[in-house]
Amino acid sequence: MISAAENIHIHRDDVGTKIGMWLFLFTELILFGGMFIVYAVYRFKFPAEFQLAAMELDTFIGTVNTIILLTSSLTIALSIVAIQQGRKYLSVLLIFSTILLAILFLVNKYYEWGHKISVGIYPQSEELLKKPQGEIIYFGLYYVMTGLHALHVVIGIVVLMIMGILVARGKIKQDAYVRLEAGGLYWHLVDIIWIFLFPLFYLIT
Amino acid sequence: MTENNRSSGVLADYLHAKTDRKGLLGWIFSTDHKRIGILYLISMLIFFSIAVLLGVLMRLELLTPGKTIIDAQTYNTFFTLHGIMMIFLFIIPGLPAVFGNFMLPLMIGAKDVFFPRLNLFSWWLFVTGGVLALVSLFLPGGPVDTGWTFYVPYSIRTTTNVIPALFAAFILGFSSILTGLNFITTIHRMRAPGMSWFKMPLFAWSLYATAWVQILATPIVGITLLLVAIERLFGVGIFDPALGGDPVLYQHLFWIYSHPAVYIMILPGLGVVSEIIPVFARKTIFGYKFIAFSSLSIAFVGSLVWAHHMFTVGMSNTGMFIFSLLTFLVSIPSAIKVFNWIATLYKGSIQIEVPLLFILSFIFQFCIGGLTGLMLGVLAVNIHVQDTYFVVGHFHYVMFGGTGFGLIAALHYWFPKMFGKMYKKIPAIIGWLFLTLGFNVLYFPFFFLGYMGMPRRYYDYLPEYQTYHVISTVGSWLLVIGLIIIAINLISALRKGEKAPADPWGGKTLEWTIPSPPPVENFETIPVVTKGPYDYSEVLTQEVEGKKH
Amino acid sequence: MDQQNQQHNHDHQPIGYARYILLWFGLIALTGTTVAIAGIHLGKWVIITSLTIASIKSLLVLNVFMHLKFEDRIFRIFVLVALATLIVFIVLTFFDYAFY
Repeated sequence: MISAAENIHIHRDDVGTKIGMWLFLFTELILFGGMFIVYAVYRFKFPAEFQLAAMELDTFIGTVNTIILLTSSLTIALSIVAIQQGRKYLSVLLIFSTILLAILFLVNKYYEWGHKISVGIYPQSEELLKKPQGEIIYFGLYYVMTGLHALHVVIGIVVLMIMGILVARGKIKQDAYVRLEAGGLYWHLVDIIWIFLFPLFYLIT
Repeated sequence: MTENNRSSGVLADYLHAKTDRKGLLGWIFSTDHKRIGILYLISMLIFFSIAVLLGVLMRLELLTPGKTIIDAQTYNTFFTLHGIMMIFLFIIPGLPAVFGNFMLPLMIGAKDVFFPRLNLFSWWLFVTGGVLALVSLFLPGGPVDTGWTFYVPYSIRTTTNVIPALFAAFILGFSSILTGLNFITTIHRMRAPGMSWFKMPLFAWSLYATAWVQILATPIVGITLLLVAIERLFGVGIFDPALGGDPVLYQHLFWIYSHPAVYIMILPGLGVVSEIIPVFARKTIFGYKFIAFSSLSIAFVGSLVWAHHMFTVGMSNTGMFIFSLLTFLVSIPSAIKVFNWIATLYKGSIQIEVPLLFILSFIFQFCIGGLTGLMLGVLAVNIHVQDTYFVVGHFHYVMFGGTGFGLIAALHYWFPKMFGKMYKKIPAIIGWLFLTLGFNVLYFPFFFLGYMGMPRRYYDYLPEYQTYHVISTVGSWLLVIGLIIIAINLISALRKGEKAPADPWGGKTLEWTIPSPPPVENFETIPVVTKGPYDYSEVLTQEVEGKKH
Repeated sequence: MDQQNQQHNHDHQPIGYARYILLWFGLIALTGTTVAIAGIHLGKWVIITSLTIASIKSLLVLNVFMHLKFEDRIFRIFVLVALATLIVFIVLTFFDYAFY
């Protein structure tokens, strides 16, 4: 006779899985939160230099990147609607669009950083070290925070690719899609972090 | 798989169960929370032993002023490593990783934790972090000498292997976070039918509170250590005063985690005390709800007091007043626990068993540690004793005298359940005597040393401090003898101890309703819970009736 | 118990495409607003307004895209606890920097 204990293996608890994912998101929130504390303290200490240094950043690219990420949040949310309706191919298409937008974001970032480095603004550069301390700190924070964020975009792309494959293979389906939800949650957090990074670095005038 | 483990209808226990992989691989790839608990126990004890050895060597060095057996640079690396290993590899994982993993599912009537594979991954991360920390000793550059606190700007300038140590700590933080994540989800979703929150054992409550601190505080030290590594590699300037960075900001960030970390260390220990006392007083715990809520309060208020580690670095007066006040507040929930434990013991039917003895030492030592903590929270006192041996005495009393003894108590309490064998009582008591005596002889002089002005982390000292140092070192030898006796007693019990019954102590929580050691699946059928965890009403009735005859 | 959980996902009204797309328009509009406001010389008010708008955008993403509004209450409690913790960290740190 099979014991009742063995039947429990069939049990699936999507709410529990989502709780686990949200808890993980909290750790990411606090991780970036720590950086925001550092930013807040230094902005408080060097208000004028932060304003000065921020003028080096291109508000247009920053705005475009914000719109790209907001749109990518839309596409991943829509991919879940699609799988809820059992529309597998639409879901995969939307996941793929999200990944494309994410890559576009990274391309923009690459050019942004590239431009700064080419005019000699990077940690320990001669040009940077000539500037007042507040500006050195601003650019230090800029590289670290946008860099850490970009790393999370890369991780997000990998996560989304895995989700896309799982949907395409039918492992994530109409009555079992909590993993896609979890991947989506991660992606939305990446978006939210940028929603705050954008005004803090690009909109100081 | 369960079929293989049956012989004549009896489920094999988790120690001897047949697994897909053979031998050692069946253990290090196991997702069984019980096996993972044992894996943590073994790996932790290895790191603990190394850290104890470092401590003994430091005490030998401090027998005389000037050089005794090692030089100053070596001494600096010793106290750094002793701190890193004890804190990140022993005490923080400590109770949650071993006894939380093993006992939590059993206590709430579950078959495992919510994310068993993540649980295994936590252990692999733990071992990786530990190995990385040890490897960093031998890489070119030499072992870290910054102290476990990695204060800037020295941690940025020193040529020793800071970055491997930082990454080890980062990985270990991740391990801690994942354990916390697992426990919160497990407690929310996997309690047996009928087990409401207020029927849950208090050890589970303490693990729950601890898990929240693990989740919300650890990432801060993650980012902080990452920033130090980035500073060393790229010189961005965030903590470098020459470029505008603020070293005090580093301290804020470091302690925003590291203070709550000490509550990660002590809360499960407090939970163990609340488990053991009712059993050996044969009486339900006094003030169950107060104790449960006090765990949450300690976690909450304890996250607000971090800057009491920084009273002498030049903070604003406003900041200092507020943090001092908050530090006073956090002592209140701890005191509530102590009062309730004593009220439970009062007029109880006391059974003098080994776990209770360790708990009594715990309470004595925790009170001293807690009270000296309160003293340190007083600004006027702190000015004089900050960064002296007074602080070192305080934290050893709470971390070792508290959590350390709590861990050993838990080991003696749950040993029969985990291994199905019983240890001998007399050697255990002798071990306890040496440990308690040795501990107090070792650490109590620290308060006098600190008050007299002996700075911490100092390799050399003025002759007037020597007497206390000698007493303390002798204490360290007594302590080590105690540890050895305990170790030998338990190891010999593993090999040839008497077979232990399901419930040797008369405990009322769910882990005592299943065989010792537990079967792989824990429960044949998930129990339905109707009573609270410390319901001794039947026992009282029986004892009263027994007396009538 | 697993039957109930499998049905659980379908108890919530699935949000249609339209609602999400509408939200997206709102988020773009808010982005435009915050960029426009930054152009006006508000001095020290810039940070408050831009962070307020960022917070509104985040709350919308949290509640709708991340489904927080439609999940069990425990999720909202958790998020509040996490946010409160972060805010407390920032505020207490500033007690050191903002005063003498």
